[in-house]
Amino acid sequence: MAILEVHNIEKHFGPTRVLEDISFALEKGQALAIIGSSGSGKTTLLRCLNFLETPDKGRIVVGGETLFDAEGPNSRKEQDIRRKRLHFGLVFQSFNLFPQYTALQNVTLASQLLAKERPDFKQNKKQIFAQIEEEGRELLERMGLANRAGHYPSQLSGGQQQRVAIARALALKPDILCFDEPTSALDPELTGEVLKVIRGLADQHTTMIIVTHEMAFARDVADQVMFMDRGLIVEQGPARQVIENPREERTRQFLARYH
Amino acid sequence: MFWTTPEFPVVVKALNEGFLVTLQLFFVTIIGAVPLGLIISFGSMSRWAPLRRPVRWALARKGRKPGRVAKALSAFRPISLICRLVVWAIRGTPLILQIIALFYVPGMLDLFTWGGGESSRFAAVAVAFIINYACYFSEIYRGGIQSVPVGQQEAGQVLGMTRTQIFFKVTLLQMIKRIVPPMSNEIITLVKDTSLARAISLKEVIWVAESFMKGNQGISGLLWPLFFVAVYYLVFSGVVTLLLGRLEKKLAYFQ
Ligand SMILES: Nc1ncnc2c1ncn2[C@@H]1O[C@H](COP(=O)(O)OP(=O)(O)OP(=O)(O)O)[C@@H](O)[C@H]1O
Ligand SMILES: [Mg+2]
Repeated sequence: MAILEVHNIEKHFGPTRVLEDISFALEKGQALAIIGSSGSGKTTLLRCLNFLETPDKGRIVVGGETLFDAEGPNSRKEQDIRRKRLHFGLVFQSFNLFPQYTALQNVTLASQLLAKERPDFKQNKKQIFAQIEEEGRELLERMGLANRAGHYPSQLSGGQQQRVAIARALALKPDILCFDEPTSALDPELTGEVLKVIRGLADQHTTMIIVTHEMAFARDVADQVMFMDRGLIVEQGPARQVIENPREERTRQFLARYH
Repeated sequence: MFWTTPEFPVVVKALNEGFLVTLQLFFVTIIGAVPLGLIISFGSMSRWAPLRRPVRWALARKGRKPGRVAKALSAFRPISLICRLVVWAIRGTPLILQIIALFYVPGMLDLFTWGGGESSRFAAVAVAFIINYACYFSEIYRGGIQSVPVGQQEAGQVLGMTRTQIFFKVTLLQMIKRIVPPMSNEIITLVKDTSLARAISLKEVIWVAESFMKGNQGISGLLWPLFFVAVYYLVFSGVVTLLLGRLEKKLAYFQ
């Protein structure tokens, strides 16, 4: 069964329709790459999944549970939206690390705050925090940043910052991790280290949605590729097929610009 | 020289008492205006628009598109409007007028009187100062809050933080870092503005110094106490500048 099902999502900003009838499914452990030209609605789609935007129509189902249904009664209560958000993680194009916290603190902050809601928090505070820190350090190590735990974001390179951001998103163990052009804000020589980390996550079967302009990366790392144009899904299929042998003329035209 | 005259100890003692009043006014204003300013800044950023829903509902029922009137009504945000009007009125008029108005107008309108004693004068002046400075602070806060990129808030949201957590754990410190320099300016201005309290004869340090020109405790015609008061202000604003500078340094560890 698919871990994520998106049904007929539609989103308007004022009079402009940004997403139109978006439907797709994602299997657990698979990586989906979304490609498409600027303004085609890729970011908006990820923001809808992460409840930063509210779709006007459609449904979002994760693990069989309907998280959002435009027709249904949707709780606007912060508490409920927060809980739903935790199914997803989002890595931003511009990292958005918290500048006043070290790399490690960036990774552990949200877990610490969530732990405060646990019933056993008061008794086991020390243990819980120690474990969160331990996990944070492990994550940073996996990102190749073991010796940067105490650095502030301003002391890190863009590539290092983005890897901290990935660790931060992973810390909450989301069902689906979303990336919005994770390397577009980086100098070309720094994209490699970030892509390598994401590739590693794919090898460990992390369920991911990756918006990217790196076509070779999408082909090699993703299982599925989805091409969007003007808010519509034009084509979706196995990564290699869509990138190397697209069925749709529009996909072909788009890809031609990348060769 | 003036410090060898027999009046010197008498004058200094009186000035010290006056400066104590100045200090009290300064600290009371800070303690009151810092949080009140935050409330006003939240108020002026409030997006509460009570007419939006009814307008949308009425339009939907009639199946009409929103016109100019409907758009204006939907955009009516009373809390924000009131706060911004108050800020405009307070920042657009001299503090000295506000002090005088607050002290005399309630009595003229038979609402209440502050009374005539020194402590009631102090209360009236303190309220005027707190409101005035809260309005200035609120604009600084607003700038500070809005200068923190939305991405910070969104990162917090995506990590499942509550709005309160985001404010206190993510935004607040970044905002403080940005507002410390403009706040320092206002606070130094406040040190000197306290002297406006003499408009309703509060016995702060300038009032006391002037009294030795006009006649006080059998001493009159002295000009030096007024200039001597500058030393008090310089020392105090020096200390304040030093402390705020230290805070600024403390926050320099991140960008
Ligand atoms: N908050 C908003 N208000 C109004 N219009 C918006 C808003 N956000 C996005 N849009 C519009 O929606 C459309 C899709 O934007 P989106 O950012 O999703 O595109 P994208 O595919 O991510 O593009 P890019 O590759 O440049 O990041 C654009 O035309 C954009 O101008
Ligand atoms: Mg985008």
